[in-house]
Amino acid sequence: MKWPTLTRREGLRQMLRVGLYGATAQFWPSFAQDMASGQLLSVAQMMAPLTQGARVLQQDVKIMAPVLADNGTLVPITAQVQSPMTAQDHVTHLYLLSQRNPVTQMAVFHMGPWNGRAEVSTRLRLAGTQQVVALARLSNGEFRYGQMEIIVTESACVDAS
Amino acid sequence: MAFARIQWPERVLAGDVVKVRLLVRHPMDTGYLQDLLGKLVPRNVIRSLTCTWGQQEVFRVEPSSGISANPLFEFFVRADQTADMLVEWTDDRGVKGSLRQTLQVLPKPSA
Repeated sequence: MKWPTLTRREGLRQMLRVGLYGATAQFWPSFAQDMASGQLLSVAQMMAPLTQGARVLQQDVKIMAPVLADNGTLVPITAQVQSPMTAQDHVTHLYLLSQRNPVTQMAVFHMGPWNGRAEVSTRLRLAGTQQVVALARLSNGEFRYGQMEIIVTESACVDAS
Repeated sequence: MAFARIQWPERVLAGDVVKVRLLVRHPMDTGYLQDLLGKLVPRNVIRSLTCTWGQQEVFRVEPSSGISANPLFEFFVRADQTADMLVEWTDDRGVKGSLRQTLQVLPKPSA
């Protein structure tokens, strides 16, 4: 059986081709996972669909969460609103918003004067380092918010497999 | 499989603001992750969870995929009188779960 002979010129051409393919593959943009949103939203963009032009102030809302969360699949968070929680002046809704998650609104809590205290704790799932916003809707239609940056070492949006 | 646990302080006096802790067993699948065979796990999160105490709905939460698996919720309730706390939830598959537990409220000692 006769093997196809490879001349020096042909061999150099092949090597150049392989090199070019390698270089192209290097500069090909890499995508993480198929997610609905990959870009970071600004705090105003996160709140705009909820507030709809109502008065929004950055005060009275405090977020307590770890500054550095090792695992994004479970981040404990407490959101506290300074409110007397009376029938005249209370918090009706408390939204937890995420800057980077595919779903911006992580949860909405419905509250009222029967709660006595406007404080809620839960555990979040975060897709990377981001600002977390707690937005409270007061009974007079105004909004208050507080924000906090949580550094996440390992995103929740990676496969468990 | 519907399973939940609810917890509050042992001694609750009338007029107290009581911290209620609620833990629900639920996978809370986001719909973005794959299983071991590389197949996308369909989204299955709790759509809505309500806590009704007596006749009053004291707490309602509508979580999304941004809440971790086996969600924990802590909230406060102003205790007036002994009544049943009824927790009900529904997820994306339409599976409903519920839990009923009596919150004992002791009368306030006259000081």
